[in-house]
Amino acid sequence: MDELELIASGAEANLYRGRFLGYDVVVKYRVSKPYRDVKLDLVVRRDRTLTEAKIMLLAMSLGVRVPTVLYVDLENSVIVMEYVEGMLLRDYIGLADEGVRRAYLELLGVYVGKLHKNDITHGDLTTSNVIVSSNGSLYMIDFGLAKISNDVEDKAVDIHLLMRSFESIHYSMSKELMTYFLRGYRSVLSPNEVNDILNTVKEIRLRGRYVEERRVRRV
Amino acid sequence: MIVVGIESTAHTFGVGVVEDKHPYILADKRVNYIPSRGGIHPREAALYFMDNAVNVLKEALLEARLSVKDVDGIAVALGPGLGPCLRVGATIARALATYFRKPLIPVNHAVAHIEIGKLLTGFKDPLIVYLSGGNTMILAFSDGRYRVFGETLDIALGNFMDTFVREVGLAPPYVVNGVHKLDMCADEGRNFINLPYVVKGQDVSFSGLLTAALKLFRGGVYDLRDICYSVREVAYTSIVEVSERGLAHTKKKELLVVGGVAASKVLRTKFEVLSALRGVKLGVVEPKYAVDNGVMIAWTGLLALKYGVTVEPERAYVRQRWRPDSVDIPWMS
Repeated sequence: MDELELIASGAEANLYRGRFLGYDVVVKYRVSKPYRDVKLDLVVRRDRTLTEAKIMLLAMSLGVRVPTVLYVDLENSVIVMEYVEGMLLRDYIGLADEGVRRAYLELLGVYVGKLHKNDITHGDLTTSNVIVSSNGSLYMIDFGLAKISNDVEDKAVDIHLLMRSFESIHYSMSKELMTYFLRGYRSVLSPNEVNDILNTVKEIRLRGRYVEERRVRRV
Repeated sequence: MIVVGIESTAHTFGVGVVEDKHPYILADKRVNYIPSRGGIHPREAALYFMDNAVNVLKEALLEARLSVKDVDGIAVALGPGLGPCLRVGATIARALATYFRKPLIPVNHAVAHIEIGKLLTGFKDPLIVYLSGGNTMILAFSDGRYRVFGETLDIALGNFMDTFVREVGLAPPYVVNGVHKLDMCADEGRNFINLPYVVKGQDVSFSGLLTAALKLFRGGVYDLRDICYSVREVAYTSIVEVSERGLAHTKKKELLVVGGVAASKVLRTKFEVLSALRGVKLGVVEPKYAVDNGVMIAWTGLLALKYGVTVEPERAYVRQRWRPDSVDIPWMS
């Protein structure tokens, strides 16, 4: 691999663009955090790198589009993956017209439905972790906090995080976005599964420290 | 413009008087309810407030050399907080506003922590990390309100720290000379023991860590000092990590740490490392104003009063779970 160009510096990893085996690639390097104990730092970076690579392969096998993983170096917390040209869904949402927005949100619902049906949770599901590629496909990224889990709680946390990303960034259309997303999500999972998950989402939100709905009386 | 502010959301009853020009703070009086054992008992705290409220109010007015007649408004923290405690402050504020015919200004306690932090640091539009006994939140201003970008999914950082040190027999008292017992114990630890490190997106969770840490302690194999060190490392680091995620996400250039837990030196050092790493300005509110106080309520009330935010006394209900992201912030728009 030759010249690497830093293209993004996220919260936990630096992303470099380069060429690898003739492919246009992204090198994701989880950087050491000087504010973490050295031992904890090693565990966190190694675990997340391994999880991300494993789950991306699994997701791909389920028909959820993710950048293709080409190489993993656990010792250095590095993953080399296909470069996807495009835009973050977060930035795209405001620009797209309603029909396009609906189509992408529904497709995201289908993707997340497929993951959840197979007991995979993303762990950091926000509109910043979805790419709309220049050729119109939708890719999910950033699986570092993903898990294999059949626990309804973990699936519900995914939905809760996505809802909050709608509410904190796309507040004016958060209801609309959620409706589209759920349409796709329900098309994959059984009504019972969806109900269980959505009830748990409600419960998680009520568990938050300060939630108005829990208030029972006025004094 | 001069506003009196009353704080009584948890264990502090405070009265502050502020003015909209230098030196801003005209008076700052408070009393703290300190439980002899266990945690805060809301009713006991409320009774303590009732015994002391009038004196604190009188002293604050004396310090400001003012009478209630001279002020432009009465601000009160109506939530979030403990019901019985909130009601003491609310009752006094309603009475003052009614008797002296002054506007009554409803103030959200969390928003007040943010506003006093901004006043003291001069920050304009920071990412806010709000850490106290009852709160753990990452917020940032966006479209008219302080939006919550991350928070604890179960117990708050301060609550977690207090519960841990109490269960292992190190507390009460929880804080000695401004240093929390967890910090004291952890400073002597050397070896890191792996414990559940939970970051869920932008959120944190401490209940699993608490259970695992107490199990480790009861197992009797490890040195308590090493357990304290590991617990602190995991808890603080997860907060700093979600803060970093918040910075990456919102692209804010200022990082403001508010609330009582902000006093921890080790946590502060971690935030210093983070701010250097991401090239942002760091502001940590000085301990005196990081903890609950009446000044922050008065200051936020003053900002609100300038935009006509008031409430009729008969409608000034206390709201134990009043979320900061449900409050409009006209002075930022």
